[in-house]
Amino acid sequence: MLDRTAHNVAIGAGVVGSDLPIRLTGVDYRAGTVSILCGIDLEISAGLPTVLLGPNGSGKTTLLKLVMGLIAPTAGTITYNGRERPTPGSRAFVFQKPMMLRRSVAANVAYALKAAGRRPDRLEIARLLAEVGLAGMEDRPARKLSGGEQQRLALARVLAREPEVLFLDEPTASLDPASTKAVEDIVARVARSGVKIVMTTHDLGQARRLASEVVFLAKGRLIERAPAEAFFTQPATDEARRFVAGELVL
Amino acid sequence: MRIRFLAFAAALAVASWLTAPAVAQDKSIIVSSTTSTQDSGLFGYILPKFKEKTGIDVKVVAQGTGQALDTARRGDADVVFVHAKAQEEKFVAEGWGVKRYPVMYNDFVLIGPKSDPAKVKGKDILSALKAIHDAGAPFVSRGDKSGTHAAELRLWKEAELDPAGSKPSWYREIGQGMGAALNTANAMGAYVLADRGTWISFKNKEQLEILVEGDERLFNQYGVILVNPEKHPHVKKEYGQQFIDWLISDEGQQAIAEYKIEGQQLFFPNAKSGS
Amino acid sequence: MEASSALELILTGDATLFAIVRLSLLVTLSATFFAALIGLPLGAIVALTNFPGRHAVIVVLNGLMGLPPVVVGLLVFLLLSRSGPLGPLGLLFTPTAMVIAQTVLITPIIAALSRQVIEDLWTEYREELMAMEVGPLTRVKTLLWDARYSLVTILLAGFGRAAAEVGAVMIVGGNIENFTRVMTTTIALETSKGNLPLAIGLGMVLITLIIFVNALAWAVRRWSEAHAG
Repeated sequence: MLDRTAHNVAIGAGVVGSDLPIRLTGVDYRAGTVSILCGIDLEISAGLPTVLLGPNGSGKTTLLKLVMGLIAPTAGTITYNGRERPTPGSRAFVFQKPMMLRRSVAANVAYALKAAGRRPDRLEIARLLAEVGLAGMEDRPARKLSGGEQQRLALARVLAREPEVLFLDEPTASLDPASTKAVEDIVARVARSGVKIVMTTHDLGQARRLASEVVFLAKGRLIERAPAEAFFTQPATDEARRFVAGELVL
Repeated sequence: MRIRFLAFAAALAVASWLTAPAVAQDKSIIVSSTTSTQDSGLFGYILPKFKEKTGIDVKVVAQGTGQALDTARRGDADVVFVHAKAQEEKFVAEGWGVKRYPVMYNDFVLIGPKSDPAKVKGKDILSALKAIHDAGAPFVSRGDKSGTHAAELRLWKEAELDPAGSKPSWYREIGQGMGAALNTANAMGAYVLADRGTWISFKNKEQLEILVEGDERLFNQYGVILVNPEKHPHVKKEYGQQFIDWLISDEGQQAIAEYKIEGQQLFFPNAKSGS
Repeated sequence: MEASSALELILTGDATLFAIVRLSLLVTLSATFFAALIGLPLGAIVALTNFPGRHAVIVVLNGLMGLPPVVVGLLVFLLLSRSGPLGPLGLLFTPTAMVIAQTVLITPIIAALSRQVIEDLWTEYREELMAMEVGPLTRVKTLLWDARYSLVTILLAGFGRAAAEVGAVMIVGGNIENFTRVMTTTIALETSKGNLPLAIGLGMVLITLIIFVNALAWAVRRWSEAHAG
């Protein structure tokens, strides 16, 4: 893998606009009458991985989708490097249960390449599959892959987009430890290559392993935000402290 | 790329499908006639002779008489060839047809079960109908405004009876063609008025046989009419007239007389003497 | 016995019988093709776009699946008759009219069922395709391709329905010998004449065709499960 993708190089050179930092101001999200997120103020800047941490139901996934731009806030604003709309192709998203197209593994990657405006080159597909440890599996029907393999195929697809920001929603929630390690290794490598990672997890251990910055959520509110080291050793808030100690935060 | 090509090919196919009839001014006419005439097999015999002589393809749409005349009225046929004189004359009088030419006649026969519950065998047709009425024996009527149906109703009227009006339970109107009527009569052991042609070629006779025939009241006159081009300009009047001319010519009349089923002549040409 | 002479007709390749079978296949295959051309995109559009009255359209499409063939025949007849709006085309009593009637008959089936399939697939693919920022035309193409096995099964269902009907083709075709006579209309005609061998022979061919089509649909399902999951 190149240390910096062509896109990020172009950003660095000021040729293409960057979408970072992403700034949320007073963001609320309601689904019908239910409030899912309330009063979120957050800035996500370029650099090492930001992990959205919190118990189930805290609104992490919704926040991630809002930042990606998949859904719109019911109140508040989100700007991308000061702009209202993000640049097409700058972001990519890995869902908790990724949807596999009813085609072969290679066809799935080819689809992602075409959607990103790139040529579905066979060599490029092979390279991407090798990146995620799926080399040689081009002709397997994608839906017949195991959970871990599907997750890695999803990663190959998002990498095909050469995004500036990569969002991952609980990427290893339903995987066994071996698959989890494989996915985490890929994420770490991608982060080192210059892609901004924003991911959600409720797994403390995973957050410790991958986070450079932690955003802690509970019951739809942003409770605490700190560099990873500081968060885990000296959580500032009560809820955070209890969560890090392994208690249930109700 | 491939999708665009397929779409173009499909559009081409559609266009050619839709315009083909207009483009190909083929040598053919549509004749609307009756199911009983079609079922008798007459057309299968005489039409190839006509085609050989003139090269004209005759497409026969076989329906009940009422529908055949309606098809002609709508302009969906070039020539109409049925056996319902009163309706045909009305058709011409209303301006839908040019002129009515008598062509041939066949006859009706009263069919019934061999057991003959109403004891009609050997009687004349009017007495036979009275006997069926009095015995309440099952009788199948076509009930479909066809020429045969019209003849049946005319005979009941002459016998001063009206089962079509009072609808007693032994009078069964099926609203279908001659073949279906015979099938039903066979299944029910009922009486039915049929044209001799359909009867001879009918293959499911089983318990049925002819019980009354030869009565002059049972003769069935056919007429042929060209649909009026003034009402329907698209009518193929040259080809249509050629067909009519051939039917009433010596050649056509002979072909009609030649047609036999099981050695029996079905149709008796009378273009010169009939009306 | 009639069944044995029916078999004879089939095995000796009786010319009349095979001409009738050929016309039947031509008419019904063409109708299925055109119905697919109209019905698949229609189903996709209704599945994927939001417009006022959408629910009413879905209900109507589903209802039209049950259109009685004779009614379709009558409507197309009134349309194509010389006295009707499309009279000048001179299409009544031609194989083209039969194709039109059968197309009208099965387009609702294909549109309604494909709408259901595509809508279900869209529910599954929606977020992922949105995340990949795929445009509306590409979305439609993606869904149609990924639903291909279900859609083929739907086309086979449409074909089966058209192949089995007699009401529409009888009325608009006129059952003209050597011109617009197909399997179903011939069976009706020959039965009414009491000429059962030909009717039974055609009946056997028709049943075999329907069974074959259903077997094909089943095979398509099995193949899709094995290869696409």
